[in-house]
Amino acid sequence: MRYLPHSEAERAEMLGVIGAANIDALFSAVPAKALKTFDLGLPAHSPEFLVEAHLKALSAKNHAGADGPFFVGAGAYRHHVPATVDHLIQRSEWLTAYTPYQPEISQGTLQMLFEFQTQVAKLTGMDVANASLYDGSTGTAEAVLMARRLTKRNKIVLSGGLHPHYRDVVKAYLKDDADLECLSASPDGQGDILDHIDEHTAAIVIQTPDFYGHLRNMKAAADAAHAKGALLIVVITEVVSLGLLEAPGALGADIVVAEGQSIGNALNFGGPYLGLMATRKEFIRQMPGRLCGETVDAEGQRGFVLTLSTREQHIRREKATSNICTNSGLCALAFSIHMGLLGEAGFTRLARLNHAHACKLADALAAVPGVEVLNDTFFNEMTIRTSQPAAELIERLAARGILGGVPVSRLEPSDPSVANLIVLAATELTTDADISALCAALSEELA
Amino acid sequence: MSMNNQGRPTGVGTSGFSSTSGSSLLPNEPLLFEIGDTEHSGVDLPDVTITMDRLGGFERKTPLDLAGLTEPEAMRHYVRLSRLNHSIDSGMYPLGSCTMKHNPRLNEKMARLPGFSDIHPLQPVSTVQGALELMNELSHWLMTLTNTAAVALTPKAGAHGELLGMMAIKAAQTAAGQGHRTIVLVPESAHGTNPATAAFLGYSVKPIPARTDGTVDVQAVKDALSPEVAAIMLTNPNTCGLFEPQVIEIAEAVHAAGAFFYCDGANFNAIMGVVRPGDLGIDAMHINLHKTFSTPHGGGGPGAGPVVLSAALAPFAPVPFVRKGDNGLELVEHETGESLGRITAFQGQMGMYVRALTYMLSHGGDGLAQAAQDAVLNANYIKARLSHVFSVPFNDYPTMHEALFDDTFLAGTGVTTLDFAKALIDEGFHPMTMYFPLVVHGAMLIEPTESESKQTLDRFCDVMEELALDAKSGNSQRFTSAPMNAPRRRLDETRAARSPILKWERPVEAMKPAE
Repeated sequence: MRYLPHSEAERAEMLGVIGAANIDALFSAVPAKALKTFDLGLPAHSPEFLVEAHLKALSAKNHAGADGPFFVGAGAYRHHVPATVDHLIQRSEWLTAYTPYQPEISQGTLQMLFEFQTQVAKLTGMDVANASLYDGSTGTAEAVLMARRLTKRNKIVLSGGLHPHYRDVVKAYLKDDADLECLSASPDGQGDILDHIDEHTAAIVIQTPDFYGHLRNMKAAADAAHAKGALLIVVITEVVSLGLLEAPGALGADIVVAEGQSIGNALNFGGPYLGLMATRKEFIRQMPGRLCGETVDAEGQRGFVLTLSTREQHIRREKATSNICTNSGLCALAFSIHMGLLGEAGFTRLARLNHAHACKLADALAAVPGVEVLNDTFFNEMTIRTSQPAAELIERLAARGILGGVPVSRLEPSDPSVANLIVLAATELTTDADISALCAALSEELA
Repeated sequence: MSMNNQGRPTGVGTSGFSSTSGSSLLPNEPLLFEIGDTEHSGVDLPDVTITMDRLGGFERKTPLDLAGLTEPEAMRHYVRLSRLNHSIDSGMYPLGSCTMKHNPRLNEKMARLPGFSDIHPLQPVSTVQGALELMNELSHWLMTLTNTAAVALTPKAGAHGELLGMMAIKAAQTAAGQGHRTIVLVPESAHGTNPATAAFLGYSVKPIPARTDGTVDVQAVKDALSPEVAAIMLTNPNTCGLFEPQVIEIAEAVHAAGAFFYCDGANFNAIMGVVRPGDLGIDAMHINLHKTFSTPHGGGGPGAGPVVLSAALAPFAPVPFVRKGDNGLELVEHETGESLGRITAFQGQMGMYVRALTYMLSHGGDGLAQAAQDAVLNANYIKARLSHVFSVPFNDYPTMHEALFDDTFLAGTGVTTLDFAKALIDEGFHPMTMYFPLVVHGAMLIEPTESESKQTLDRFCDVMEELALDAKSGNSQRFTSAPMNAPRRRLDETRAARSPILKWERPVEAMKPAE
């Protein structure tokens, strides 16, 4: 077995040093009725080329993004990742390092996290960011709990434009909680969330661009929340939008949560991704997740350490701010490298290119008979209403080799009002030919 | 205001970068923001003109101020930074409870196949049948290795899996009219995530003491059980590296009291293919794919923590999950029946599923069992080789995959467990886990995993012996000043926490040093 270094002779020699007659003697604490009493019936070990063949066969059964026109978004976006990013994150010293609890031999990871936190703080316009969470959806649930701790209030209001999966995760985290108010889906971009804020409200949660692609007025939301002593949690699923849109921190956000996948990370069928979280500096001690901070070593040299760990489970146990014990380190590295390659100049160009392609897409879709574009505002994503039910239409497009977006009914199956809605995204990878192919297919299908 | 090592004030937040130190092969590396600027970029993109009429007046007015690097600059920055890290590929990581094993590169290659990496979680299910098949296959391996009825793949990490498992227990008890159960029993030796998870869900935590032999006090468990107890969270093998000899008796007592048995599966590497947790009576157990099944730790994540469930908990499993349908495999994405709902967007850590299944197929059932046995062999070998110098707190049972020592052997030397561990750095090893489990004074928990050769283990033991003898001989200086040969000396963690500097600040113009 290629991964196991011992020969049988070495195993025997080691057992001799231990003074054990055989390997089973080392398992003597296991009740006899549970030790090796079974036949697993699993295949035996296999050479690398056979494993590879098996996985390749499974992979080949899937329609990859590069196989045809692609307009799927709704919380995960297909962007170009520079070759440098994937090369660097596979370096042994990044890929196979542990959590940097021993800072003297983890300065690479720690300095990178410090740079990452700086990038996220700048992007969101907030004072501080943590070293990443699992993803945007669980980050949103954590932000809601953080807001409750900060305000010592319980009521949480989720906007109807919040990604339905994110809403569902918050619901599962707050099971049976009467203080959670989920507003119904708002595909038209009009929300009445501001009327739901009262003196019991801990936070309102608003996504922008929202699930349907509309850009939401954060300033008005922040003012309305703050007037009642509540917090504004801003959720962003397409982080590239921050290259073109105002930073939530400049508009009054108290906690910003974003899905960072778009920068540096492939679609991966949904994971691993990375959650970004940023907040005001006075809220740091209630923020979940790892934080990296600057300090000096015994010789006065600048260095970095994990810090404020008195918030965390390994120190505080049942009094911790969260049970989180990990960040999304390698995904954060990919994000940070890609963002470092882009810089302000590249990131701005990337955002403009996404918006330009989305404008082309919106204009082309609006010209298709049977299609109505619902958005007046958008970044790179929009919602259309079609003259036929969306789920079947998307399947028919897939049969033509076109991944034409996400039927809203897939995420909101119990809401008949969304049955004819499709959410579509364009990115820098979307070509004019892709848009033409989509519109031609839609025209035929809807004729 | 902070000072750099020339005594110059450098800015609001950050101390200065010193280019005068560091060796030629391990140069100090400035921050990204000290190298790049807002004009440079390593990505060529057309500069298109856009109108603002669809942005609703929300276009950015605040400068981004993000530094950019060209590709050669970026390559050098991240390669130089990487060399300041220890990694499993460059040396042993004897970290107890962390299972730092070899990460096969075939896993990485497979995870990057376009049919896995370039598919969207919400594209039509008819276009991702191979991905669902892979999830099914991984589920089969996990259920077979644990002899359990169901598995929830989606948890993003071990602690997320714990959360899910305990949510399932809560859902099951609520459905059975047992929602009044508010106590969770947690042994004192447990990982910090266990009590944190229980508290997160509103349970009160009742600690269970350990016996003097390092195992859980069965009588204490029985005494603590009551109609108020929802569950026990037990790690097996436990954090002292011992298999709980009375685990079946504990499970039976817990079940008889109407409670559930949550097993922390962090230490599954010791028993995979050799003992099936389902045979021990567990109801839920998370499996850290990044420990047991070799997906990379990546400097702190991403992890993956699928949870296997007993038949009693299976109906409460979260969505989504894969099911066989009339037209191939289906993805069930919405609450059906008693499902507890959704704990993450999309389908979980697909990239980790690919890596873990690749690892399983490479090993086969026989190889996994051999790996577990080698992991246990290696830990016992270290214990046998070192117990004449180091103090062993528990010696009634063979250890499993970890060797645990306490700090009795350092008594009177002026050397602490921390000092001793830092001295290992100078010898080329990552320190072992220290001060955990909490039930042992000055604990040193060593987990070699199956990946280490006898030659490496011997070198590690030689170094450990030599260090112990040196400490006992009174050479405390070597330890209290360690590490000497790392990229940094010991870092001032108190200072970092007292006045946190959590991001780089551009030096203020007025604070530029006068030359």
